[in-house]
Amino acid sequence: MRNAFAACLEELAAQDPRIVLLSGDIGNRLFDRFKERFPGRFYNCGVAEANMTGVAAGLAKAGLRPLTYTITPFNTTRCLEFIKLDICAHRLPVVVVGVGAGLSYAELGPTHHACDDLGLLGLLPDLTLLCPADARETRAALRAALAHAGPCYLRLGKKGEPDVFDAEPPFEIGALRPLRAGREVVLLTYGPLLPEVLAAGAALDATVVAVPTVKPLDTAGLAALAATGRLVTVEEHALRGGLGAAVAAWLAASGQPARLLTLGVPDQFLVTAGGQEAQRAACGIDTAGIVAQVRTWRQQLGDVT
Amino acid sequence: MKERPPITGNRLRVLANAAREVRGQIVAMSHRGRAAHLGSALSCVEILLAAYGGPFRLDPRVVQLPHRDALIFSKGHAIAALYAVLAWRGYFPLDWLETYAQPGTALPEHPVPGCVPGLDHATGSLGHGLPVACGLALAARISGRDTRVLAVLSDGECNEGAVWEAAAFAPAQQLGNLLVVVDANGWQATGRSPEVLALEPLAAKWAAFGWATREVDGHDLAALVTAYRQARDATQPLAVIARTVKGRGVSFMEDDNNWHYRLPTAAEVAAARAELGLA
Repeated sequence: MRNAFAACLEELAAQDPRIVLLSGDIGNRLFDRFKERFPGRFYNCGVAEANMTGVAAGLAKAGLRPLTYTITPFNTTRCLEFIKLDICAHRLPVVVVGVGAGLSYAELGPTHHACDDLGLLGLLPDLTLLCPADARETRAALRAALAHAGPCYLRLGKKGEPDVFDAEPPFEIGALRPLRAGREVVLLTYGPLLPEVLAAGAALDATVVAVPTVKPLDTAGLAALAATGRLVTVEEHALRGGLGAAVAAWLAASGQPARLLTLGVPDQFLVTAGGQEAQRAACGIDTAGIVAQVRTWRQQLGDVT
Repeated sequence: MKERPPITGNRLRVLANAAREVRGQIVAMSHRGRAAHLGSALSCVEILLAAYGGPFRLDPRVVQLPHRDALIFSKGHAIAALYAVLAWRGYFPLDWLETYAQPGTALPEHPVPGCVPGLDHATGSLGHGLPVACGLALAARISGRDTRVLAVLSDGECNEGAVWEAAAFAPAQQLGNLLVVVDANGWQATGRSPEVLALEPLAAKWAAFGWATREVDGHDLAALVTAYRQARDATQPLAVIARTVKGRGVSFMEDDNNWHYRLPTAAEVAAARAELGLA
């Protein structure tokens, strides 16, 4: 995803001289071509993310289209107040890019886990949250973010995510993306976890719908899905503050009779060693975990015996 | 916009009179609005007047950024001073000041985005102004504009780590169009600044970070304007340490940190205005 991000940004920067990339001293070699082609539009801001965020606000205030780029926790929760006050309160068109969504850097430990970013950033008014699933959707989401008039958060994995889309899909901010039709439950998910959920969908004969815009939520689309009566959210993010919590709040207020199962990262620090695959399994959000939990839930509901 | 001519004796008298009037407004605003931070507002009056009446291209006829100089008022708790100076300069009618901190009006105790014409950034949480000023200064260079950016900080604000992140960034990017003024009134909310965190000597700190520095009497309009004029055509950002007195201009408030939070009574407003030579 990050390679697609860098390549697409280079293409867009050739068309739009307002694009300026700020990095928090990461992306070694990743932006070499960008730097070479646009030497006055790349700035390594050092390991100083709060300042980088404020600098981006100043650039946007002067009419430029800056992006801030570094590892997710450092670009989000570390400098949350700068995103809130300098970018969001002023409604400035800055794209905050977090690389290493969810458990992408699982092996690096809780300092690098990013399972709270959507919950915290989701509290900020006017901030759009975009969560693409693979390289091609990353390109589409980046275009949408840079065409958007307000602030955006772009949640990327790292590299080597399996392809979901065989071509760059259209991207409409705030729209659900149906991917698989099934006869049983509806699985809702986003980001690089999507292939696991699609596999679970096949095993369960479930409908799978991606939610690449976690905020604003496509409530009209959700209302249509809720009519099926069985919704499941699956995410590489804490249950509290993620998509599951947002759908739960919407569902309770909507009065729809649908039942909801939320799967995600439990409310605890993940302190044992292990890569993304192992941690997903431990959290029950790999394909096997999703299938097993959905089956148990349906038995509890009396849907199946 | 053309640059203003050098400050002359007559212009200096105009600004000195404005300083008295602005101080009178600030004291009355604090009383009417029951809004604190009076001492912090009184210490930065000349710093602001020297900017809005001095060498910067700050003019009420051009309020939209970025085609003019910018002033980021980072010590947002002292916004009464900026409101009063902007009104004096004609950005909005003077009678708006009477609405300061009144429920439902446009002038809150800390500024919000777009609350008054001429406000370049909403602040109130300390340590945010300098990074944003760095961004504006960098944008001017990227876009080939000859604009300058001034950030007004307080000495207490220099406690914030983000100030020093930005202080290291600006010289690395050779932001010669950036100027910081530290309103060094020697106090922060609950104590003498050097006793709370060991940030003195301030000028040496900024110099060590790679800034050109000047230390001036922050109530000396001519000295401030001269220092501001120095911030031109250099590749090095400039930090002006403006030594000021908290509560300046009202004898019973000067260097008394109770006026960080205390509100003046009607009698104290009258006494202050009399001392300032205002009717």
